Formats: sequence, C-alpha cells, structure tokens
Amino acid sequence: MVPYMLLLPQLAIVTIFFLWPAAEAIQSSFYLEDPFGFGSTFVGLDNFTDMLTSTDYGRVARFTAVFTFFVTFLSLGFALLLAVKADKVLRGASTYKTLLMWVYAVAPPVAGLIGVLLFDQHVGPMVDLFAMFGWKMQIGVNYFDTSFAMIVTAVWKQIPVNFIFFLSGLQGISKSVQEAASIDCRSGFRRFWTVTFPLLAPTGFFLLIINITYAFFDTFGIVDVIVKNEPGNNPVTLVYKVYLDGFRGNDLGGSSAQSVILMALVFILTIIQFRLIERRVHYT
Amino acid sequence: MAYRKTVASFVAAAALLGTSTASYAATDIAWWHAMGGRLGEVVVDIANGYNADQDACKITPVFKGTYEETLTAGIAAFRAGEQPNILQVFDAGAATIIGAKGAVIPAQDILENAGVGFDIEDYIDGVRYFYADSDGKMIGMPFNSSTPILYYNVDALKKAGVEAPKTWEEFQEIAPKLKEAGYVPLAQSHLPWIFTENFKSRHNLQFATNNNGYDGSKDTTLVFGEPIKNHFSAVKGWLDDGLFGYYGTGWGDNQTPFNEGKVAMWLGSSGSFGGISKTVDFPFSATYLPYWDAVDGAGTGTFIGGAALFSMSGKSDEENKCVASFFEYLTSPEVQYMWHKETGYVPITNAAYDMAKKDGYYESTPAAEVGIKQLTLPGGEWTKGYRMGFYVQIRDVMNREYGKLMSGETTVEDAFATIEADGNKLLERFSKTTGN
Repeated sequence: MVPYMLLLPQLAIVTIFFLWPAAEAIQSSFYLEDPFGFGSTFVGLDNFTDMLTSTDYGRVARFTAVFTFFVTFLSLGFALLLAVKADKVLRGASTYKTLLMWVYAVAPPVAGLIGVLLFDQHVGPMVDLFAMFGWKMQIGVNYFDTSFAMIVTAVWKQIPVNFIFFLSGLQGISKSVQEAASIDCRSGFRRFWTVTFPLLAPTGFFLLIINITYAFFDTFGIVDVIVKNEPGNNPVTLVYKVYLDGFRGNDLGGSSAQSVILMALVFILTIIQFRLIERRVHYT
Repeated sequence: MAYRKTVASFVAAAALLGTSTASYAATDIAWWHAMGGRLGEVVVDIANGYNADQDACKITPVFKGTYEETLTAGIAAFRAGEQPNILQVFDAGAATIIGAKGAVIPAQDILENAGVGFDIEDYIDGVRYFYADSDGKMIGMPFNSSTPILYYNVDALKKAGVEAPKTWEEFQEIAPKLKEAGYVPLAQSHLPWIFTENFKSRHNLQFATNNNGYDGSKDTTLVFGEPIKNHFSAVKGWLDDGLFGYYGTGWGDNQTPFNEGKVAMWLGSSGSFGGISKTVDFPFSATYLPYWDAVDGAGTGTFIGGAALFSMSGKSDEENKCVASFFEYLTSPEVQYMWHKETGYVPITNAAYDMAKKDGYYESTPAAEVGIKQLTLPGGEWTKGYRMGFYVQIRDVMNREYGKLMSGETTVEDAFATIEADGNKLLERFSKTTGN
C-alpha cells in the first residue's frame, strides 16, 4: 500500500492536469458549443470531417511538417557543428561556450520579437541585407519570406539547447577511445562519422525528440509574434491554429477536434520514434 | 513571535477592509476593456471622473489585452460565475455575445429598468443599430466607435497637383500623377473592414442573407456580387501598376509607410486621427471613404467599427443600477466630447456632436469631423451593419484569400468562391452552437 501512497501525488497531478483536460477535449470535440455555455449540439464526427476537408487545414499541416523538418534538421546540424568545433577550442573555451549558450535564456516571444525587428519589412536590417543580394523580402505579405523568417528565428533560438547537450555528449566520450581511433585512422572527418557520431547517438536521439516537440509546440510564441495575431495568408503551425480557432475565434468544438488530432499525431510519432529509431541507437 | 505578529496584522487589515467597505457603502462594479496605451489612460480618466461625480457606485476598469483576449477572458469568467459587470466586445465578436441568449442584459433594458430615460433616436445614425437586435433594441452600448476614412498627405497631393478623390473613378485619374510625384498613391489597413464590410455599406449592397444576419444565424449565407469582385479586380490592377501598396494583414505595417511620407493616401480608422497628428511631420487631412460612382445607389453612409460595452447578466439589481448610471454618465455630452477629442473616436450621441460643433472644435480641426459626417450620411437598406457568428474566423478567411490575391496565388473569382464556401461553412457551424 505504501508504494501506491507515495505514487499518489504524482498520479493526482497527471490526472488533474493531463488526463482530465484530455478527456474534456475529446468530449467537446464531438459538440458544437456556445462559448458562454448556454447551448450545445452533438455533431458526431462533423468537427473532424469539417477540419480535415477544409483546404486551410491541409495547408497548415503541410507547413507544420516542413517547418518541423527544417527547424529540427538545421538546429541539430548547426548545434553539432558548433559543439564539435567548441570541443576543440583550448584557450578561452568557457567564454566561447557561454557566448554560444546565452540565447538559451531568451524566451520564445522575445526571440520572436527580435525576429520581427530583424525582418521588419520597413526597417529590418536583415531585409536590407538580403535586398543587397536582390531578394526583396516582405514578411507578412509573402508566404515564403514569412516562413523563412520563422524558421531562422526558431532555429536560432534552439541551437544553444542542442549545443549544450552535444557538447556534454562529446565530452563524455572517453579520451582512450578517441586516441585509439586516431591511431587507426588519420582522417578526422571519417573518425567523426565512424566513432564520435555513433557514440553521440543516444544524445542525438534524445535531442531529436526534444526538437520535434519544440518545433511542434514551443515555437508558438515565435509564430504569434511574427504573424502579429493576424494570421492572414501567413504560415502558421497546427498548434497555433488550435489557439486561433479556440481562443481567438471561440470555436470550442473545432479547436478541441484539432487538439485531439494533434494528440493522436504526437502519440503516433512517439511510437514510431521509439520503435524504429531507437533500435538503431546504442546505449553504452 | 514574528509569525504571530504577521497573522495579527493580517486579521487587523482584513477587519479594517471589512469596516471600510461597510461604512463607505459604495457598490463596486468591474469593467473589463481592451484599450491599451493612451486609450487606456483615457478609460481610467473616465472611470475616475464617474467615481468622483457620485458616491453610490465605484467602477474599476481592468485592461484585459487585445479585443480577442478580452472577449475570451470574459467568456471564461462568465462560465466560472466570475464575470465583470461590463465587458467590452468588439464588432466581430458581437454575434458571439448577442447570440448567447442570457449572457447579457440589453443596454436598453438596463437603462429603462433603472429609470434612466432611453431614446435610440438620441444616438447618431451609423451607431444606432449596429449592436441592436433585429427588432431594433440596443443590446450593447456603443463605446469606442470609428469608421474607415481616407487620410491624405497634403504636401503629396499639392506636389502632384491633385485633389483628394471622392470616388474610385477619380482615384484612378489622380493615382498615376501621385506615382509620378514619387509616392505610392494609396494603402489601407484592414481589407475585411474597409474593402468588404464598409464597401457593402458605402454602396448600399447586401452583405448576407437573413437581413445581413440580424434575423438569426440559421441559414445565413454571405452575398458577394459583381461590384465587390470588380472592386478587388481594380485593386489588384492598381497594385500591379504600382498605384496601391499592400503590406500584409497587420494594421501598423500598412500605416507606417503613410506616417513616413512614402504613401500619399491611407485608408484607416477615424480613431487613428489622434495617433497620426502626434506622429507625422507633414500636414495631413481626411475625407470620406471613396465609392464607385458606377454602382447604382452608391454613396450611402458607413457603419461603425470598434467595440461596445455589454452589461453581463447574473448580477444584483444594485450593481445593475450602477451599470445604468455609468452608461448614463458615459453617454453624457461632456464625456463623449472629451472621449472624441482625446482619442479621435466619434461621439455616439447627437447631443455630443452638437456640443463639439458649438465649441468650434471642427473649425480648428476639420479632419476630426469626417468620421462622424460619414456616419450621418443618408443610409439605406444595408447600411446598419451585419451580425454574423464566428466572424473572427470569417475575417481570417478573407484576409487569407485577399493576401493570396495580392501575392498572385489566386484569382478574384477563386478568392471569393473560397471566402463564400469557407465563410458559409463557419456560419452554419455557428448556428449549431446555440443548440437549435
């Protein structure tokens, strides 16, 4: 009995803050409800079919997939590159590392705000920079330009987190293994892919999941600040659409249906990750 | 020891609090609003003025963020039984709060029940029925009311040797000259509000079935005819010829180039007046929203945008009386004139408008009168407003399709077909939320 008693607080938190709201969301996804709570109509699966058949939802889903891919790939890639290079720095290493990490302390909406200022169509320095190369950026007007600004800002914000993990992962690889490898193989590039990278795989796998979750959910603040609460024809992510319909538009049923779809999506994604990718990861 | 001391002081403070409210006996009412920055300061001034004016009631204004955030906060509070007495709800949210039968007490009822006189004829034309039900009963008390007007850079027009246009036909004549003079001739800040809703009103065209949606949400559908499609074809043509600037959905992104003197004419809110006069360093003036002379019966007035104050239900009679007395104070000519002068929003009553005229306000600042004059232009069958649910999303759909149109991803025909399809689906969904 005692073990259960000790588990109780944790279980209570999970139930109150996760299971109960999830159950509420599933229930209200079958209704169309007056936001003030005076009336509601049971509409079966209408909320889901309305959502999935609308052209806009497909567009948002496609953008979310592309956005997630680029944000995850680029922020992991750059962070790995920076970590490998930082690992080799001998003098002033801690200053160097701190400089690479400080962005971690920036909150997503603030990161979005910095992105907005840098990419502002009237006064943004990045816009001026790209204009020199003949690219006339118009954030908020051009779909591609806005996506680009969003991805750059989201990647910039996420690199430090990945950097910290990769760096500590690299420092966890024992010197003796590295020395043995350098006797066997002279090419630093090959050594990295055959020895260092596989040894980093557990860290990499962990970061992959963290980054996909980040791109899916935590970029909300960045998206919100860049589109300025007016989606227009700008790209938005699935999570942002849940907010737009539910909180901004008071469509509780439609918004719940979207979050149920999102829940299922994350569930499937997690299973795939653990079933397929984790098998190839070696924990030592 | 320290702990006991703290507890004792808490108890004392609580006791003090109890006695002070008991002896003072003022009824507290809360007012949730969405007026930030300078507007928020004026709201506080109004509340302070009311509290100083009488001592039976005490109003506390609380800033709740954007319009959407304020409405959502009000809804959440209502469901928890913690609603404020007065909630400010914007034009696009009107159907949501009015559609929820029982969420609000109509402004007209609350005033009449409290024995304060009410006559809808006291309110100016474009304001009168926007927040009313289909029988013409006023539900929300219009508060910050504005309407789209055309601002122009006087220097730019002088340089090009042209006059501000009254019609879009005139605009087409003068726009090339403005372009030659080195300006982007025109920009606007809200395509759904200015080029859709008020376009309909300015041309006296039907916007939706069921009497623009006032007669009920069931089977209401959007109506888009040739005039508005022709208008957007023309706008897209102007954009391609460099006669029109489109800077996205954001309000400020479109206003900034006008403030910077790059855009010669800008369509914005009559409420933007105060802000522009503080920002720009060139002489500017304003005139009516242009219309197409070619459209039969065009040139009618516009209706208001902005927001209204709704009296939430579930409150004691005493508090409701306070709400009524606050509404009475708010609509008094003095307060309306002050609000009008400080913010640029139009005065909502004829008495306040007369007061501003008598005071000679419009002789010194004629541009401040444009909005209210436009609202009092002759009306027609389709100029009192619209009432549609999930309208925030419908505006989002419009913005999305108009944005695609401007960037060349869609055509006028396709854009309106999508707006109609998606909009009608949203309207149908909304009609089911009320449980019928």
